[in-house]
Amino acid sequence: MIVATPPSATAGVHPFPHRDLLAIADLKPWEITLLLDEAETWVEVNRGLRKHDDRLAGLTLINAFFENSTRTLLSFEIAGKRLGADVVNMTVGASSVKKGETLLDTALTLDAMHPDMLVIRHGESGAVALIAAKVGCPVLNAGDGRHEHPTQALLDALTIRRRKGDIAGLTVAICGDILHSRVARSNFVLLASLGATVRAVAPPTLLAPDLDRMGVEVFTDMDAGLDGADVVMMLRLQRERMSGAYVPSTREYFHFYGLTAARLAAARSDVLVMHPGPMNRGVEIDSIVADDIVRSGVSEQVEMGVAVRMACLDVLTRTRRGVAGW
Amino acid sequence: MVTLALTNARVIDPLTGHDAPGHVVVADRAIVGIDAAIPADAEIIDCGGRIVAPALIDAGVFAADAPACLAGGIARVVLMPDRTPPLDEPALIEFAQRIGKPHVWVHPLAAATQGLAGVELAEIGLCSAAGAVGVATGRAAIADAGVMFRLMQYATAFDLVVVSHAENAALVAGAVATTGEFATRLGLPAAPAFAEAIAVARDLRLAAATGVRLHFRQVTTAEALDLIRAAKAAGTRVTCGVTPAHFLLADDAVAGYRTFARLSPPLRCDTDRRAVAAAIVDGTIDIVASGHEPRTMEDKRLPFADAAPGMVGAETLLALAASLVRDHGMTWGALLRAMTSTPAALFRLPGGRLAAGSPGDLIVFDPGAPWRIDAERGAAATGNTPFDGLPVQGQVMMTIKGGEIAWRR
Repeated sequence: MIVATPPSATAGVHPFPHRDLLAIADLKPWEITLLLDEAETWVEVNRGLRKHDDRLAGLTLINAFFENSTRTLLSFEIAGKRLGADVVNMTVGASSVKKGETLLDTALTLDAMHPDMLVIRHGESGAVALIAAKVGCPVLNAGDGRHEHPTQALLDALTIRRRKGDIAGLTVAICGDILHSRVARSNFVLLASLGATVRAVAPPTLLAPDLDRMGVEVFTDMDAGLDGADVVMMLRLQRERMSGAYVPSTREYFHFYGLTAARLAAARSDVLVMHPGPMNRGVEIDSIVADDIVRSGVSEQVEMGVAVRMACLDVLTRTRRGVAGW
Repeated sequence: MVTLALTNARVIDPLTGHDAPGHVVVADRAIVGIDAAIPADAEIIDCGGRIVAPALIDAGVFAADAPACLAGGIARVVLMPDRTPPLDEPALIEFAQRIGKPHVWVHPLAAATQGLAGVELAEIGLCSAAGAVGVATGRAAIADAGVMFRLMQYATAFDLVVVSHAENAALVAGAVATTGEFATRLGLPAAPAFAEAIAVARDLRLAAATGVRLHFRQVTTAEALDLIRAAKAAGTRVTCGVTPAHFLLADDAVAGYRTFARLSPPLRCDTDRRAVAAAIVDGTIDIVASGHEPRTMEDKRLPFADAAPGMVGAETLLALAASLVRDHGMTWGALLRAMTSTPAALFRLPGGRLAAGSPGDLIVFDPGAPWRIDAERGAAATGNTPFDGLPVQGQVMMTIKGGEIAWRR
């Protein structure tokens, strides 16, 4: 029995008892639902002409990205600005990490500037939690190594929920480089938590071991993995993994694991196709599928990303803003 | 020189199996004997029924951390060659022997290859003449089987024991954890546990072919232990060791990215952990050592994969190993053998026994004393132990080196 209803009516139970958002694995199903419900309210605002709210006015948001990012950084910057926060971006090229400063010294330096919210991306698993333990403000994990990327899983869930109505009971196939993917790990946990049947589809070299222990069904044959799927989520294949180390070539990878219209026919006719971007067209996904305006949810994912991040920034700062009941 | 008489003791000599109430007399830096006549001028130390045994020999440490060793009852250490610079020439071997004196004697292992790079043989014959007690491949295995084969062949000329690291280099490249559910959930680069069995199988075959004395400093998986058990039965001259972490902790200890539990080899699954404990009890594992490796905060307060591997363990070695007596039915004599006479025989060291004329290296140990491991208050140079806060039983009360009381609680 999946309990996805927040026990908000229960006296004494905090609806979101977390200072930070570091991993989906830390969240109860109703806490995930709470974030999705909050995000839903921002979707309409973002579609309007005046996309602004001043609830975070006067608060400082630092986006500290120790790993390259364009899309996620932009999404967080827009989310912060639409809520009225003062948003500052720090990217690795401009940081003192290059000058030999340790990660924790950098964290303490950021903390001394009294941010009200830190959004952090780092290339090593666990690095964001390490920083969070040393700073005095809420920390949001924008991706740590191959561990988790919680806002990506939330925006994926919101996209699915809006298209399909409910996540429970759906069959979701996550295909591609599972081994190195934090997006996959966050999605495995979230989708299983909300009652979906989750499949991992990849060549054996790109699967992570013991996925069955996370409640995931494993397929190395893509046609079998897509059979009857309600949602197909493609993962990006990093360029450095394409040529020999993990798969022989992009040509062979596309032949067996690329998402084509023919292969997608095995899935349900109303299948939703997703990709966290940026896409490698002709490597993991065919352009015809990527641009299918009915079945592709890729643009919607980007749109939901801003709404989800607004919801997370709002919820995580409620305690320090003194919102009643938080 | 003071003459000491350790009286009212439970005297254990692991080499002979002696385990009886009595006393030990030490004079002129050497053991006079068990229950020998007590001279009139002897300083009497009433041990209150506690264990008196040879001081421990810690076979495989990365630092000669004298305060931690003495607090742990260790009078001699076998030092790994992984130093800066690596111990790959005779002058460095000579120097390394002096760094722990007077109270902790350092017996260095020579680097098997120049710079520990695994490519060209180091001057192991000259290093042996300079005092190296064996040769070691260092923290990593020698990847090239041809180099390892020639190393073993060459080492037989000097009857040097070859200390090997049991992890297949190609399989563990870049890995910081053992493949499994925890590594997957945490998103840590991981290598399969059988990387150890592959390395052990290769080196066992090469050892059988060359007749060299082979020692694996750490063997941590059931599969590799089975290989060693079979090789021993077939007459291969192989021994192996382990540290307490691998029979007390499993890979769930890295949850929360605890870098103090980042070890080399990495922690294994619980089945392997139990197999290690069983292998110590049945004698497949010959030696229990600390692998003592102080790491600074700068090395450990990092994301898990960036953090340096290793833990301090000299001070806690005997207390942690004591669980094998309480929980697995090992005798004190058998456990102490794995930390005294067996490493002494393997590396041909004096000490490790209570025979008349042996070095006056002894400990007084209270097997019942309860205490709590406290990383911040330990004697070691740094506090990087994954056992911080663990309640343990068994405490070293006194360490005697060369007939002098070097440390007492």
